[in-house]
Amino acid sequence: MVLRYGAIEKEIFLSSSIPVNFDVERYFNHHKMMNRIRAFEETAATANNDGLVLGAIHLSIGQEAIASGVCQNLEKDDFLLSTHRGHGHTLAKGADPQTMMLELLGRKGGICQGKGGSMHIADFSVGMLGANGVVSANINIAAGAGHAIKLKGGNNISCCIFGDGAINRGPFLEGLNWAGVFELPVLFVCEKNGFASTTVTEAMTSGEGGKQRAQSLGIPAEEVDGNDIVEVDECVRQNIKEIRSGGGPRFILCNTYRLHGHTASDPALYREQEDVDEAWKNDPISKCRDLLKNAGVLDEDLKGHQTDALSEMQAIYNRAKQAPWPELQLAYEDVQDSGDPREEAF
Amino acid sequence: MTVMTYADAAKAALAEEMRRDPLVWAVGEDLGRGGVFGQYKGLVEEFGPDRISDAPISEAAIMGASVGAAMAGTRPVVEMRFADFALCAVDELVNQAAKARYMLGGQTNVPMVIREPMGIWRSSAAQHSQSLESWYTHIPGLVVVVPSTPADNKGLLKSAIRSDDPVVYLEHKNIWGVEGDVPDEDILLPFGKARIEREGADISIVSWSAQLHVASEAAENLQKKGISAEVIDLRTLWPWDKEAVFSSVEKTGRLLITHESVAVGGFGAEIAATVSEHMFKALKHPVRRCAAPRVPISYAPPLEDMVRVTANNIVDVATTMMDSGN
Ligand SMILES: Cc1ncc(C[n+]2csc(CCOP(=O)(O)OP(=O)(O)O)c2C)c(N)n1
Ligand SMILES: [Mg+2]
Repeated sequence: MVLRYGAIEKEIFLSSSIPVNFDVERYFNHHKMMNRIRAFEETAATANNDGLVLGAIHLSIGQEAIASGVCQNLEKDDFLLSTHRGHGHTLAKGADPQTMMLELLGRKGGICQGKGGSMHIADFSVGMLGANGVVSANINIAAGAGHAIKLKGGNNISCCIFGDGAINRGPFLEGLNWAGVFELPVLFVCEKNGFASTTVTEAMTSGEGGKQRAQSLGIPAEEVDGNDIVEVDECVRQNIKEIRSGGGPRFILCNTYRLHGHTASDPALYREQEDVDEAWKNDPISKCRDLLKNAGVLDEDLKGHQTDALSEMQAIYNRAKQAPWPELQLAYEDVQDSGDPREEAF
Repeated sequence: MTVMTYADAAKAALAEEMRRDPLVWAVGEDLGRGGVFGQYKGLVEEFGPDRISDAPISEAAIMGASVGAAMAGTRPVVEMRFADFALCAVDELVNQAAKARYMLGGQTNVPMVIREPMGIWRSSAAQHSQSLESWYTHIPGLVVVVPSTPADNKGLLKSAIRSDDPVVYLEHKNIWGVEGDVPDEDILLPFGKARIEREGADISIVSWSAQLHVASEAAENLQKKGISAEVIDLRTLWPWDKEAVFSSVEKTGRLLITHESVAVGGFGAEIAATVSEHMFKALKHPVRRCAAPRVPISYAPPLEDMVRVTANNIVDVATTMMDSGN
């Protein structure tokens, strides 16, 4: 879709509170990606309700600005390591939603051949080295991918996104310290969505949290409104620039809110509906749309992002539903080069 | 051939591989000063601190960062210092390194070697003495290597470094100083190929790592009693050389497995079960194991010795197997 302005463009552009030097095209593009992520997640939720998603899935609805703002600023050869809540990150890194949906349904052609599912989504062809079923584990792995970049002498970077709950596991300390000690090109992004499963994260976190912990390890850290695509995008862009020019690791804390349950099947009855309703008023996609509208972008086109994304994902889901199961012999492939995995089994 | 210690043979292997492939690097605590057992001595001078890299005392990060570095195209050799400390990095090894290739649908390999010095050594007590090789054989995705001689420590480490799979490489601390002939050339020993340490006709004794030397001593003593024991060094436990064990048992009809680690749930049980399943009729006597009692390893030498499986233990069991066989 080409960017089009409405007739009242100039007037509103000059009078409204949109940021200086607001790059309309850039945020138009983010708006489109955020809508695609939302549509992917909503379609995945439908698939889950239809009983076709096989394992647990964790939706990133409400956190799209972080996914788009971080991952669209990465180059293809930059590495990305994500979390169990990683569909949005993966999509924004450039993965094909069709192979992702096939994976969620455990079908032939899934990006991990139906062997990983949602929590192991990865697409090495776009530098996405994996979600992870173990909270925090990717922090060390991302530091190591950054270590490989340093040893090989590349200009690419490694980026790790993790939740606010992940900062309470050891790899947070070990991985950030590692990246600091070896001055690695790693961007750490913490999605502070308020919850770790059914627990309010802050209730189980001593001290001031991720940003201060990162700073205490000597890693420059910033905090942004993770629902404000402009803040996320600008902060990420600046930090990536510093990392690429040899500045070592950086940490960004993104404040956000998990609008849905922990998993797609979790009604989240442990929190007040009022809080959720309030949080919806801060929906990152609506906020981005308002900005673009104020900048004069046609509302029709912005709505088009939503409807296009929904029909894209619906078509993807329909195709995935038709797909067969993976070939059975795949169960025994890619274990390791040595030995026969069936030995002594049956 | 050059006479070398077990430790120096591994060092030679690592140095040769690092000269051959600039993507090979080693990382672990204190490597810059040669490592705690001197098995890296002199390497930092040749390869520099980026490739013989020190590490913080962060076992999970040493292992986990190496997983990431392996997925991102390098070949890390991970030094765990003591096998016991690798337990601080079980997630990184078992859930990450071993699983990544499979669960990501073959999109990646994790070519890394995890060196874990193991075994009873000089009153190191319960947290610095364990032999946990059987744990690793239980994990799909891992290769498990247990060298017993200097020559094997060179040939197997070189193969491990070239392997595209994660290799748990268990060197025994008590034989760092053992000397032997080591080929000067580029030897690559295949995984899953046992070595017949000694031929014999009456009983097959299967072992690996430092315990192999105890098995050999037992075979020597059995010879004096007129019992001819065949001693097989498995060298690797996954994959393991079933053919070598089967053909030996075919010949002798008796199988005794000995390992330093705890008998219960040990790899000897796996070998015994496999032989019983496939060769029951060839057996003249039930398979026997000589392995450690299920107790932590002590500090005081006389107590430490109580968990050691000695050559005498093996001779006694082998002798009863001969007596009651036919
Ligand atoms: C090591 C480990 N412990 C527990 C879990 C179970 N678990 C899965 S997600 C989750 C909450 C994680 O919270 P956070 O890191 O804030 O991420 P969010 O779900 O909020 O995106 C927990 C406890 C796990 N997967 N791994
Ligand atoms: Mg959270």
